[in-house]
Amino acid sequence: MEKLFSLNHLKDKAFLITGVISTFFGLVVLAIFLANIMIEGIPRLSLDFFTSLPSRRAENAGILIPLIGTIWIMVLTSLMVIPFGVAAAVYLEEYGAKNKLASFVEINITNLAGVPSIIFGLLALELFVRFLGLGKSLMAGSLTLSLLVLPIIITSTREALKAVPRTIREASYGLGATKLQTIQMQVLPSAAGGIVTGIILAISRAIGETAPLIVIGAMLYITSPPTSPMDDFSTMPIQIFNWLSRPQKGFIVNATAGIVVLLSITFVLNGIAIYLRNRWQKQVKW
Amino acid sequence: MRLKEKITEALLQLSAIFSVLITVAILYVLISESYFFFSRVSFFEFITATEWTPLFTQKSYGILPLVTGTVLTSFIAMLVALPIGLTIAIYLNVYASPGFKKVIKPVIEVLAAVPTVVYGYFALMIVTPFLQGFIPGLSGFNSLSPGIVMGIMIIPMISSLSEDALHAVPQNLREASYGMGATRFQTAFRVLVPAASSGIIVSIILAVSRAVGETMIVAIAAGQQPRFTFNPFVPIETMTTYIVKVSLGDVVHGSLEYQTIFAAGITLFVLTFAMNIISFYLKRKFQEKYE
Repeated sequence: MEKLFSLNHLKDKAFLITGVISTFFGLVVLAIFLANIMIEGIPRLSLDFFTSLPSRRAENAGILIPLIGTIWIMVLTSLMVIPFGVAAAVYLEEYGAKNKLASFVEINITNLAGVPSIIFGLLALELFVRFLGLGKSLMAGSLTLSLLVLPIIITSTREALKAVPRTIREASYGLGATKLQTIQMQVLPSAAGGIVTGIILAISRAIGETAPLIVIGAMLYITSPPTSPMDDFSTMPIQIFNWLSRPQKGFIVNATAGIVVLLSITFVLNGIAIYLRNRWQKQVKW
Repeated sequence: MRLKEKITEALLQLSAIFSVLITVAILYVLISESYFFFSRVSFFEFITATEWTPLFTQKSYGILPLVTGTVLTSFIAMLVALPIGLTIAIYLNVYASPGFKKVIKPVIEVLAAVPTVVYGYFALMIVTPFLQGFIPGLSGFNSLSPGIVMGIMIIPMISSLSEDALHAVPQNLREASYGMGATRFQTAFRVLVPAASSGIIVSIILAVSRAVGETMIVAIAAGQQPRFTFNPFVPIETMTTYIVKVSLGDVVHGSLEYQTIFAAGITLFVLTFAMNIISFYLKRKFQEKYE
């Protein structure tokens, strides 16, 4: 009996150690990857790298065009997806509580969130590039990414709205406010922190996407940065993929430097999101 | 005033319905383009032939090599992500302090925030050369390395969702087990994991679905060569990478080559759709159980 007892405790301790190792395994591997990227990539970063156009010679090539493309994508996608996503979430959470339509929409959103990103590329190729005649433009690209991240924004906005206690709504109704007034003046401001966090994470996801943009054809060689939403474009991940597919060592180094820039943007956005979430959680204690 | 309320509600409702239209549009595009494909290629050939060579002169339209490629990379990814992800979930839920859990969970989720093209670089430039040190026959493009890297990427899907499921198990079950003198290990595996099983299965299905649809890691590091094999050391091609490969070339709209990407796309969609729907109903079931 005594022995059995200690065997159980041994297993308990063994799992504790396995748990600690597992928890840090992925992070340590990622740290090794990142260290490698920084050692290879940072020496390549220079002002020229940011301001140069693409070139056949690796040492002259820069990221001006894809960087500007990524900024355009960020702005256009935000403009299109935020109003739709927040509106859909408000409907599902505040109006549609238990009706059939809302529950159907909910299944649909869960499914959309799991559709591989490349499928959105196929949809966009037929719908935006051909049917709407937008070609390989920034507009077509941003629309594609908007559809892709819409489920993320809807889900995170709903979570934020759900966290607003019912008492706040009831107090507002008690003062004679209508449903719309209650949502506008009480619920949305209270949930703002959570909603903004979700939006930032969704946009961060959008600018890291590659596959759907390749499908709509955004990989062509362009010689000047886009200046309107109808211009052809390239983005950071696409440029990195393009450089990675070339055999010369110089382009691989460029890809590494491009990754340093892309990851910096991604991590800054994620950092802001985590900071906002924590501040919001601390500030509002219901 | 009343009118404004009604109009707003209608607009909000339209936004919600808009998301359904996206699904309808996806189905329409995939079905209509594959319809043309299947009017020229027999469905039987599509699901039984073991060669996929639509871009060659000697054409064969068997999806199986792309399916084995997809299954192989996803399987390797799950071999990495499943044990590590589940161990993390149990460790964080049962052993770790709430403070540590609160800090480490978002940090682990950073793994899923790294763009996939970056993971592709890792697989090609770091993991493959590293593995070649142990496995002499390993080709420069293979399914092992992208599979492992993809596994690391989806660890947070399993760890976070499974931890949520474990967290939803009522506190009194846990206390009853401890009260009987069980260790944390026994409580975890005999009480909590069985009680949270449907939630854990949901996390696994969603992770598999994610792995099946993953594109860039495999496009960069697996070689883009369709091959009917389960050998993890040789170049292969997945359904997703085939679509990328064709998109990079100059394929004429309306040609049979063009339609092949929709045939591959609908196969991919059907697979992931089935997994997403199963997980949706499982999740709903386990939420009912404890509410």
